Amino acid sequence: MAGAGGGNDIQWCFSQVKGAVDDDVAEADIISTVEFNHSGELLATGDKGGRVVIFQQEQENKTQSHSRGEYNVYSTFQSHEPEFDYLKSLEIEEKINKIRWLPQKNAAQFLLSTNDKTIKLWKISERDKRPEGYNLKEEDGRYRDPTTVTTLRVPVFRPMDLMVEASPRRIFANAHTYHINSISINSDYETYLSADDLRINLWHLEITDRSFNIVDIKPANMEELTEVITAAEFHPNSCSTFVYSSSKGTIRLCDMRASALCDRHSKLFEEPEDPSNRSFFSEIISSISDVKFSHSGRYMMTRDYLSVKIWDLNMENRPVETYQVHEYLRSKLCSLYENDCIFDKFECCWNGSDSIVMTGSYNNFFRMFDRNSKRDVTLEASRENNKPRTVLKPRKVCASGKRKKDEISVDSLDFNKKILHTAWHPKENIIAVATTNNLYIFQDKMN
Amino acid sequence: MDTMFVRGLKRKCFDGEEDIEGTLAGIKAIPSYNLQRQSLLDMSLVKLQLCHMLVEPNLCRSVLIANTVRQIQEEMTQDGTWQMINTQSTGQASLDRLVSTDILCRSSRDQAEGKHVPAYSTFNKDFECDQAQDSSETMSTASSVQAPRSLQSNVWEMENPQENKGNFQKSLDQIFETLENKSPNSVEDLFSEVDNSYYDLDTMLTGMMSNTKMGHCDSLETFSSPTNTASNSNCKSDLNDLDHIVEILVES
Repeated sequence: MAGAGGGNDIQWCFSQVKGAVDDDVAEADIISTVEFNHSGELLATGDKGGRVVIFQQEQENKTQSHSRGEYNVYSTFQSHEPEFDYLKSLEIEEKINKIRWLPQKNAAQFLLSTNDKTIKLWKISERDKRPEGYNLKEEDGRYRDPTTVTTLRVPVFRPMDLMVEASPRRIFANAHTYHINSISINSDYETYLSADDLRINLWHLEITDRSFNIVDIKPANMEELTEVITAAEFHPNSCSTFVYSSSKGTIRLCDMRASALCDRHSKLFEEPEDPSNRSFFSEIISSISDVKFSHSGRYMMTRDYLSVKIWDLNMENRPVETYQVHEYLRSKLCSLYENDCIFDKFECCWNGSDSIVMTGSYNNFFRMFDRNSKRDVTLEASRENNKPRTVLKPRKVCASGKRKKDEISVDSLDFNKKILHTAWHPKENIIAVATTNNLYIFQDKMN
Repeated sequence: MDTMFVRGLKRKCFDGEEDIEGTLAGIKAIPSYNLQRQSLLDMSLVKLQLCHMLVEPNLCRSVLIANTVRQIQEEMTQDGTWQMINTQSTGQASLDRLVSTDILCRSSRDQAEGKHVPAYSTFNKDFECDQAQDSSETMSTASSVQAPRSLQSNVWEMENPQENKGNFQKSLDQIFETLENKSPNSVEDLFSEVDNSYYDLDTMLTGMMSNTKMGHCDSLETFSSPTNTASNSNCKSDLNDLDHIVEILVES
């Protein structure tokens, strides 16, 4: 890890930052999701205002061999608009909860974006040529007087400035009573699932007017509700397998071949509670905020409030690895409950080779855990480290006792600066880290 | 379960002497375990009731808070403290503390935007729905008082633990019903009325609103029931009132 020396440690450098410099954050600009596409060439972000911004990596410059291409804005579009549910007299937020890319099949790119209620399939295509030389129209589009047409010609394509167009191709609506928290595309690339607090639906990408309900944990009597679905994902290789996590810290793996309604899990992953750490907040901090399969499909990672756990799909009774993200917060749980920070939903991600996992924390810190070397590092996303190719200095939080130089004490942490969304390039050591309204891109130092 | 809040602080029982010892043994000026637990309970109930006016409350958060409340309730039942009548002064003290920490815990951004405006229209509309269905039941148990105890001018009186446990459970349950879709019976509720005094932030927090009608969900007893206003302008008046409140908060 950075700073620790050793040949295999990555040294992370600042590459770019996107977004307003202002400290005064407009609510609509708050980033709510970040996702690389399958090749890593495109990076999509969604925000609270319902917009999607896609960045594209420049082709590598042969002369600048010490850095990879920069990400520049490729397309911006309004994915979701605020809606009003008249029956309940409630607004439906336009905030983009998740974006998932489809693998590229032709020249166009496709992604799914979702807010609380509606999922949309967007097609992003390039146009760099346009037809010229129409017979019946002038160049500006006005129709010619047909009597002035004396010859005929074949229109030809001429180059034009690149235009990137986004158009909604499918709208999957009215299938969720509760708020959608996850979407996941199946490895068959034909179907996908969407999960809300109590139900999971299976869709076909071509069919918008119906979906199959595959999980329903809504109790007959809502008074008995004690557990909700917090995240769901399809297995990367097995198209009949998916997992969903719950607010009680359990993960259920389901096989769609077993039955139409997968209410009975094939596997239940749950770690027994540590009785010495029991408190009134135990359940809340055990609630899983994110679940991600490894690229290999052999492992899955879960994020709860204080830790990241790696599970082997073959072992249900406990995780194979547990990494503490910010254990120093355990003694502050009451305050974090009071100010609602305890309900923050942090995401986590794998690197391309499944050897390192990353997740966010407070004070604009983010953490990486190397599964092989068992080393971890804390880095900060801050405009102070703004110069390109500046190596990030590892940060340290002082939990108690005497604070060393350069350490930060727990009480000085800024709990309004939280990194909930991070993404790792599928192939390279390039990471995208979202603070409240800024997107940071870091790369490893290339020598 | 010994170290709920502060390591090394023994759990309290009713023995006064042990209280003193425990206090001395712990760090000075730390409230007793019971007081902390009570405060956590109050805080949780207030959290369950406060929700954004126009946007649905987060179901996951509500479920987690409700489960926490249940845990506290169970422990208090086992303890026997569920039956304890607390003094009014304790109630007032924890209310003040509750209010002040609530304000301190809000981010400056939220304060500037006046975002966390406690507004009860959504809940209360839904509770009207429940009230219509459960009015006969709740009327009979209207005398018992539930949390937030400190928002009520009197104390957390328990008539008998079983019944109150039931009421408590019912209040939790009714909170959950509000988070679900409205039932078809709620058509008349769409036309029922909203008391504008809901939107008076000060009044709500100081709990001075009198109960004009009893029989609602017990935990919302302190928030007065709907009075008659024009039904069609419900949404608009909600929005206007919200704007008004935000204006006040932002200007202050």
